Amino acid sequence: MSILELPLLQQLVLVLAAVVLFSSFVLLAQSRLVSTIHAFAWQGALVAAVPAVAAAAGDLPHLYFSALVTLLIKALLIPWMLHRLVRHLELERHIESLRLPALVNMVAVVLVIFSYWLVLPMVQQGLTFTRNIVAISLAVVLIGLLMMVSRRQAVAQVLGFMSMENGLFLAAVSATRGMPLVVELGVAFDVLVAMVLFGVFFFQIRESIDSLDVDRLNRLTESDR
Amino acid sequence: MTALLLTVLIPLAGALALALVRSLPRAGWLNLVVSTLSFGAALWLARTIVAVGEVAGYSFRVDAFSVYLVVLTAFVGMTTAIFSRPYMRHVCAEGRASERGMRVYHAMYQAFLFTMLLALTTDNLGVLWVAVEGATLATVLLVSLYRTPEAVEAAWKYFILCGVGLALALFGTVLTYFAAQQVMADPSAGLTWSSLYGQAAELDSAVMSIAFVFLLVGYGTKVGLVPMHQWLPDAHSEGPTPMSAVLSGLLLNVALYAVVRLKMLVDPSLAATATPHLAGQLLMGFGILSFLVAGLFLHRQRDIKRMFSYSSIEHMGLMTFAFGLGGPLATFAALLHMLVHSLTKSAIFVTVGHAAHIAGTQAIDRIRGLIRTQPEVGWSLLIGVAAIAGFPPFGLFTSEFLVLTATMKGQPWLTLALLIGLVVAFAGLFRHLHPMVYGNAPEGHHRVPANMLPVAAHLLLVLWLGLSIPGFLARSLDRATELITGAHLL
Amino acid sequence: MDHGLSVSSWALAVLQALLYAALSPLLVGWIRKVKARLQNRRGAPMLQPYRDLYKLLGKEARVAHTASPLFLAAPYVVFVATWLAAATVPVVLLDQPASSIADIIVLVGLLALARFFLALAGMDVGTAFGGMGSSREMLISALAEPAMLMAVFTLAVSAHTTNVASVIDYQLSVGLALRPSLLFAFGGLALVAIAETGRIPVDNPATHLELTMIHEAMILEYSGRYLALMEWAAQIKLALYGVLIANIFFPWGVAQSFAPPALGLAAVAILLKLALLGAALAVAETVLAKMRLFRAPAFLQLALLLALIGLLSHVILESGT
Repeated sequence: MSILELPLLQQLVLVLAAVVLFSSFVLLAQSRLVSTIHAFAWQGALVAAVPAVAAAAGDLPHLYFSALVTLLIKALLIPWMLHRLVRHLELERHIESLRLPALVNMVAVVLVIFSYWLVLPMVQQGLTFTRNIVAISLAVVLIGLLMMVSRRQAVAQVLGFMSMENGLFLAAVSATRGMPLVVELGVAFDVLVAMVLFGVFFFQIRESIDSLDVDRLNRLTESDR
Repeated sequence: MTALLLTVLIPLAGALALALVRSLPRAGWLNLVVSTLSFGAALWLARTIVAVGEVAGYSFRVDAFSVYLVVLTAFVGMTTAIFSRPYMRHVCAEGRASERGMRVYHAMYQAFLFTMLLALTTDNLGVLWVAVEGATLATVLLVSLYRTPEAVEAAWKYFILCGVGLALALFGTVLTYFAAQQVMADPSAGLTWSSLYGQAAELDSAVMSIAFVFLLVGYGTKVGLVPMHQWLPDAHSEGPTPMSAVLSGLLLNVALYAVVRLKMLVDPSLAATATPHLAGQLLMGFGILSFLVAGLFLHRQRDIKRMFSYSSIEHMGLMTFAFGLGGPLATFAALLHMLVHSLTKSAIFVTVGHAAHIAGTQAIDRIRGLIRTQPEVGWSLLIGVAAIAGFPPFGLFTSEFLVLTATMKGQPWLTLALLIGLVVAFAGLFRHLHPMVYGNAPEGHHRVPANMLPVAAHLLLVLWLGLSIPGFLARSLDRATELITGAHLL
Repeated sequence: MDHGLSVSSWALAVLQALLYAALSPLLVGWIRKVKARLQNRRGAPMLQPYRDLYKLLGKEARVAHTASPLFLAAPYVVFVATWLAAATVPVVLLDQPASSIADIIVLVGLLALARFFLALAGMDVGTAFGGMGSSREMLISALAEPAMLMAVFTLAVSAHTTNVASVIDYQLSVGLALRPSLLFAFGGLALVAIAETGRIPVDNPATHLELTMIHEAMILEYSGRYLALMEWAAQIKLALYGVLIANIFFPWGVAQSFAPPALGLAAVAILLKLALLGAALAVAETVLAKMRLFRAPAFLQLALLLALIGLLSHVILESGT
């Protein structure tokens, strides 16, 4: 059904989803490390707002809990951990020169169109208003992957990875009204442990190659060593 | 039920205990004891399954397919723990790792076993994902244990590639849940494999085919299928040897197990569409690609562990191909192959650990005359490589022969590709092996204290399985085959 | 859309066009007043732009000896083209004879015509600053036009027409609806409007430093009545964009019939909307700094991205099956 036939709260959910997509483009375009972390925090907050509003709109109270957990972990805890790491790594003023920003943006738009095409046969039956958001969430996942591929700095790559997890959470909420609680908590725990391990890794990488430019991690290749 | 809970929870308790133990010798012995207890519980569980058929409860579920993998995991975990106890003391004495690193190593070793056993025994697809991701997280710090630039690079690659792969697998899981919610009476049971299996034919085929692609790419990254294999040679070669043994021997199996479980859901749902064998065809495609590419890459390797990890990729490719081929013969062969490959590969890696210790390096060019220096290591390596290359009378010959027979029946032209791949891999392995074991020992190579008991146990088992598969194992594998394909072989 | 061919409807159409010419200096005066207040000054009175135009119209026009006839004709072409473009955008009344040619593409085309002659005039005399201004203007507009067209397409796709009046009609019929495509199209169009009308952060209209000028550099050689026409055209362009954004995205209040009370309400509504938009522009100009020229493409890429996401979210999220 077209958006005009939906009640206001449900329209708001769709608007939030579109803004999440915009935020992943913003994340892709940041060159300063600290502003990238902020953009990621905003994306996390928006992704947490989607199930909260969907819960109010569709009367699904268990979504409030997952919205709260996401807000705490993705919008507050993980950005705080990254801020601390950046301070300890002395990267607060780090600016990375982005490679071919126009091309990366174009590829991101192509990825959005690709995700829409991929998901199209699935949402033909459009039963609830949130099904269309699956395309947006797949696009956020793929744009997170693009960010990992196009960035040289290790912290920026980790932010791309976390952005992928944001997209996955949005997919879980939008396609299925939220996964079972056990699974959601397990996934959140995994993300948190991954973040801790990333933190440990940053220090190990810096110790071994004296910078966090992962292009310099190139000793293991298939060509003659 | 008790056996099941014990099998899964003993490693968890061990991990927690080992996180607190500070002294290295005590940690080594505790690791060994916990692994032995875990193996005992797994044997008890296997006996129960043979008697009862399957055990389910608290969203755990062990049936004929998973029980033998559980026993295999616990067994290899135990024998590798036997090997790792003196080996890690030597590593620590050499100064390649710190005391704190050892604590992390032992705790993560048991945590890794816990996550693998959890993945094998759970009935919930979401918990399966969490466990496989947990296995990745548990091992990632261990790959970089030695803190050399290469090790850190290998661990970073492993983390990023497997993280991305598993994120795609999570998307596939979400799509599966989505499909389940449309057809199941109780939507919250949408992630329970057994309920899904009961209604698999009603799942929407469009959704399930997209979901399967994501799941195959995702879990396939962990299996090491080409082109998502880039992390495997690095991670298996830069980590400590016990880690290479369990990664090659066990984790790849668990990931393949996840793929096959999901294929069991997808096949009935696609049965009525225009492409009913899509899942099988995808598996065959990835499988044969991995098999051939890895066989070719074997020749270029200069590091002994990297060479054997490409051999792992090759064998996983063969297994994936066999599972994709479908039908009772190929599936039985693939299940047998999982078993014997695990045993042989972990034995090889243990032997390679000793060989590298003797030579002081992992470079193939500098390892020479192992039979002269320390005959038991040299001969074990020779026999192990003969086993892995598929010589009769070892078990791998049996399983590869069965796969070839099944291919000849199903896809005759692919038999040629398989044979070529086998020959190429054989040539690569022996080309590198020959100078390593024969010839004179160079200066600086001296005997090392080496406990060859685990290796001998593994190779004897593989030999036994090649000569005559015991009745209960054959029946067990047959029941697993029936579960997967719906038809008996024997 | 039936348009009455009666005298009254044509009279109203001419009146709407005259309204543009008459009110645009007031809009500019209002914006300057708000900016002055924000900068803690009292600022010039709101009617000052009228006095400036009157003064310029009375002064003698001095023309450089290197100027061609194009230089003399350009102000008239620019003024008429801009005024005609403005006349197509409904101010108070939707249902009028000019509505049938009020196509957004026609609007963009007329503005492009005006811009073309303005750029030629800038290069005509042969000074360095004129040429510099023309090339900068062409850079900005070359990047702004795709963004504007994309935003326009997003609006047109939902209303199934590119006629401005029909789009406004459609918006009124739909009522208050939160649509992501509208939101993003609004963002994109607002950024394009800022770039096209030469406001901060793209171009400073009050600058005296020639090296930072874009629009001012092209009209640097003009004086007297020519300068008056050029300035007036720029003010009409600003009013045009303001009315376009106000009536498309916030259409409530526009009259759809000839009834005098509706017209009165519409007049009040448009004045209010323009006042708010003008104040918002003044705040934005005070808060932001002018960007260096090489960053203008990034600004316009953002506008294009917003418009593109608007179109994509329309296709993905809004048109259900």
